[in-house]
Amino acid sequence: MTATRPSAELAIETLGLTKRFGAHAAVDGIDLAVPRGAIFGFLGPNGSGKTTTIRMMLGLASATSGDIRMLGRDMPRDLHQVLPRIGALVEGPAFYPFLSGAANLHRLDTADRFAPASTRRARVNVALERVGLTHAAGKKVRAYSLGMKQRLGIANALLTPRELLVLDEPTNGLDPQGTREVRRLVRSLAEEGTTVFVSSHLLAEVEQMCTHAAVMSAGSLVAQGTLEDLRHVGEARVSVRTPDAVIARGLLANLGLALDFSGPEAQSPDPEADEVVSASLVDRGMAPEAIVAALVTGGVRVRGFTMEDASLEDRFVALTGEGFDIAQ
Amino acid sequence: MMSGEATVPGDAAVPVTAPGEATEAPPRPASGLALMASELTVLYRRRRTWAMLAALAAIPILIAIAVRLRPTAAGSGRGPQFLNQITDNGLFVAVTALLVSIPLFLPLTIGVVAGDTISGEASHGTLKYLLVAPAGRVRLLVVKYVGTAVFCVTATLTVVIAGAIIGAVLFPIGPVTLLSGDTIAVGDSLVRLLLIAGFVTVSLLGLSAIGLFISTLTDVPVGAMAATIVLSIASQVLDTLPQLDWLHPWLFSHYWFGFADLLRQPISWTSFGDNALLQAGYFAVFGALAYGRFITKDVLS
Repeated sequence: MTATRPSAELAIETLGLTKRFGAHAAVDGIDLAVPRGAIFGFLGPNGSGKTTTIRMMLGLASATSGDIRMLGRDMPRDLHQVLPRIGALVEGPAFYPFLSGAANLHRLDTADRFAPASTRRARVNVALERVGLTHAAGKKVRAYSLGMKQRLGIANALLTPRELLVLDEPTNGLDPQGTREVRRLVRSLAEEGTTVFVSSHLLAEVEQMCTHAAVMSAGSLVAQGTLEDLRHVGEARVSVRTPDAVIARGLLANLGLALDFSGPEAQSPDPEADEVVSASLVDRGMAPEAIVAALVTGGVRVRGFTMEDASLEDRFVALTGEGFDIAQ
Repeated sequence: MMSGEATVPGDAAVPVTAPGEATEAPPRPASGLALMASELTVLYRRRRTWAMLAALAAIPILIAIAVRLRPTAAGSGRGPQFLNQITDNGLFVAVTALLVSIPLFLPLTIGVVAGDTISGEASHGTLKYLLVAPAGRVRLLVVKYVGTAVFCVTATLTVVIAGAIIGAVLFPIGPVTLLSGDTIAVGDSLVRLLLIAGFVTVSLLGLSAIGLFISTLTDVPVGAMAATIVLSIASQVLDTLPQLDWLHPWLFSHYWFGFADLLRQPISWTSFGDNALLQAGYFAVFGALAYGRFITKDVLS
């Protein structure tokens, strides 16, 4: 069995990855494919199985079934070769409260046998500087704010040059400015060629930072691809502003669009008043100008026309459920 | 135990020979002693460790001061063995203090350190970062056990050295009369003191292995500490029940007070050997249990 395979261009690959806790499947047969060089957003509500997946990828928890390949090698079989090339932040930063920030990084760096001792001090300093914690390096972590701990956690992931960064909710507890800094840091790391795998329950964060994304819901992977792909998977929406709503509805229905039934069925009393007719475009091949042409030909006074893709947020909500209504 | 690590499948020590991977695979790993050094640094940087050592050092000091204040009471024949010899020879402060510490104070501190090994890292959340680094689960267990063993040495020596110093300050120091009636010089008796410290340290190694195992079972360090300490007391209680005399030689606390043989001329090594063998057995059994448990454990903290 060879360690390197043709799929080496994938930084992370899982096949049917499953984790059961008793009868409950926390992660249910997911097939992730994270291309090298991507900033990959791993999106899903709290409790959807993101952290459990990350724990399995890093060899902290064993999979009930399925395969994991990280940087082209089998996990957890090649754990000792793979993990030194991966920096990770898993479910929140964790440190020895009685040690300083620098001493904590020093401690965790000694656990990596591939991290050269001769450069340890310098690497710790660089990592602290990179996350803006140089001023607090000598301070006990007990006195750190949550945001500072979060940065220190990211610094720990950056102690040696990494090919892959796995960051679980990296902006948790950060203020807007800190969030922006993390975003900038992630982008600059990606520019250096590091693949970044970021989990988040915040769509906006993934939308602003990532090139690719996957959406988890109740332990299953419900969507995966480039951000562009994900945007276009959903239906586009068409809305027409016109006084001739009834005719417009008929024409749109004939064209095969799915009408929203929120509008009034009968003609409004004032024949000159504008109404908005909206429908979703099921057949994505239809050009907007063709729809307008059909409407105008049919005698509809078109006073406004828009066609827009469903927002990623609509997609996200459609996939994972609304608000607290989290599927279990 | 250190070399046993290389037998783990997928261990980093296995050389990577595939030609295409020469650049991809990291270079030869370091010895891994850095983590050992770091473990000891973290252990001895904790205020808790120093508080426990200070408490242990206070035991001989309190005994010596009490005897100094009322020397006649020491000769009454009550109190721990050797107490009445302190006024004649200050070195007996160290021996008396060890006798007083063995049943409770030493197991207490060892229970805290051993029980905290894995569960403490788990409760801080640092366990996952050590494993992701990757420290290697076997290496981490070895480092944690060696750290506990080093603490056993430190704890015992703290009692002995504090006892010898305070004894020398408050009482005369001179040749020591052994249990066999022979008299040995001061230098020789200091060697005997160190031998006793060695005996007590070895006595605590079985308990350390038990604590390490219990520590892999939970993410709550206080629970692991308490369980370890309770077991050390339970073992001593069972050792006093004559109905269970068949069990006594198998209890890890059975030889805890067996160092009297080291105070004879010539030294009888039988009890030292028996004790070491028993502790090695406990180390093997509970080390294996800890390995079996920890190697497959899902780290979810």
